[in-house]
Amino acid sequence: MTSTGWAIALHGGAGDIPRSMPPERRQLLEAALRHSLQIGVNALKANQSTLDVVELVVRTLEDNPNFNAGKGSDLASNGSAEMEACIMDGNTMKCGAVSGLTTVKNPISLSRLVMDKTPHIYLGFNGAEAFAREQGVETVDQSYFVTQENIDKLKQAQASTQEVKAEALLSSGNGTTGTVGCVAVDSYGNLAAATSTGGCTNKMVGRISASPLVGAGTYANNLCAVSATGNGEAIMRATVAREVGAVMEYKGLSVKEAAEYVIGERVPNLTTGLIAVSATGQVTMTFNTTGMFRACATQDGYTQVGIWPNELSD
Amino acid sequence: MGSGWAIAVHGGAGVDPNLPKERQEEAKQLLTRCLNLGISALRSSVSAIDVVELVVRELESDPLFNSGRGSALTAKGTVEMEASIMDGPERRCGAVSGITTVKNPISLARLGVEMVDNDYFITEDNVGMLKLAKEANSILFDYRIPIGGLESCSSVVENPLLQMNGLPISVYAPETVGCVVVDSQGRCAAATSTGGLMNKMTGRIGDSPLIGAGTYACDLCGVSCTGEGEAIIRGTLARDVAALMEYKGLGLQEAVDYVIGKRLDGGKAGLIAVSNRGEVACGFNSVGMFRGCATEDGFMEVGIWE
Repeated sequence: MTSTGWAIALHGGAGDIPRSMPPERRQLLEAALRHSLQIGVNALKANQSTLDVVELVVRTLEDNPNFNAGKGSDLASNGSAEMEACIMDGNTMKCGAVSGLTTVKNPISLSRLVMDKTPHIYLGFNGAEAFAREQGVETVDQSYFVTQENIDKLKQAQASTQEVKAEALLSSGNGTTGTVGCVAVDSYGNLAAATSTGGCTNKMVGRISASPLVGAGTYANNLCAVSATGNGEAIMRATVAREVGAVMEYKGLSVKEAAEYVIGERVPNLTTGLIAVSATGQVTMTFNTTGMFRACATQDGYTQVGIWPNELSD
Repeated sequence: MGSGWAIAVHGGAGVDPNLPKERQEEAKQLLTRCLNLGISALRSSVSAIDVVELVVRELESDPLFNSGRGSALTAKGTVEMEASIMDGPERRCGAVSGITTVKNPISLARLGVEMVDNDYFITEDNVGMLKLAKEANSILFDYRIPIGGLESCSSVVENPLLQMNGLPISVYAPETVGCVVVDSQGRCAAATSTGGLMNKMTGRIGDSPLIGAGTYACDLCGVSCTGEGEAIIRGTLARDVAALMEYKGLGLQEAVDYVIGKRLDGGKAGLIAVSNRGEVACGFNSVGMFRGCATEDGFMEVGIWE
């Protein structure tokens, strides 16, 4: 990967993704990643702002019921999807975040509106839903987000006495995931990051994960843009997304070195994955879990779509 | 450099320079009282995490500062509180937001640390947590019912000379209270609690419950911030103090000065911090910050202005 020009990466969640996944399922998910990547690449080529690009890509992942965000979100203990998202502009360091959404079709777009239309950064629950209505964003019946797959997952989790931990455990090999995200840089070095999630199966109502937290699941400044996925606790404690930027700035590491350091040293093994791009067009996708649904592309034509480590496919 | 325990408390940054002398005195007395509470606990070998909780409870219970009782009002005239707490040694944390009836939000956040393995960042919609809080008899007021003072909400800014977070400083309620402690075993902890920004939109979450922004503790230090919440979030202020110490080897005060000077980008805020070496530091670029600090060697100071 060269270090000039635009670059984009997206993820559909890191976790214990079994290699025994049925081939049809694998192809379906890889095709979805490829499709979202192409949308992002086309937008970059059309000179759309990186904020628009990351929002657009995350919207496609939210609309896809196979990922844990928007439609297809993991269900909370009450059987509903309770969603959250965050977006950040590396240039201005402006950010927007939402939590506790239950009827907003595209949480990432509402977080963008919080950033653009309010003096605040973060709105939650009733206040966020009310804001959505004020802004006229598309809202749907709560049932829109619920898939049979996730109903089954919830039943399984509730039958066992343990709560399914955030995106790190999964049931019977259906390749479930946690969180979606996108990071991008244009050829001028403008960076943006976006993350969206339904949280984790059987979570307590009101539980907030790392995804909407600036500095934990999402971060962008003038050096890098980062979106993290995996065990929310680990990501929060290690302020993963900020950490990548901090070691780049304070220790002079490259984005790839920084990502490897954070994933290797700052979080427990098997908990976390992240995607990141730098202002100079470098991209990295690093994880210490079994797998991470991911895809990236750079202006010089390099593309990668993958699930497990050491995978290269176009 | 010293070792031994150290403690700092704050009652918010961004103080009206025309605050009547009696109010200033009241504030200093409350800060002194809270410091002394913390100091007694530290002398009795209470652990850092327990000390920060009990001190912040005291600050929440007193209506003088903007947290718990005496919280600033939302645009609808209701109260929505939030808090977070972090334990340095293992960086365990708990946070809550959107609290309307729990008397001591910091203790609810602490329950999150204790009760479950994960860091629970919850809202009051959380039926399970609320039930516990009710059982523990910790609900007292129903802040959902708007109280008087609605006329002073949504007040229009009239060319103020001084502003804080979009409000004239005479109306602004310095956001947040906090406490940071290092105990005699060198363990750091931090706790922050607030009613939030005066006249905020319902559902607005500020920096106080966000780990890394308003609150942070690790094995090197404990930090609690106050001021313009959005600026604190963008600057990941609390985390950056620790990151500078860890990655650039800065000392505590240097790190505090750096983030206040360079990380706020036009925003106004303040913070208190302690290090695992028994040092205490504070910094602010706002007009004033209600604060107090003390160290084991007998140093003690309470102040408002520069």
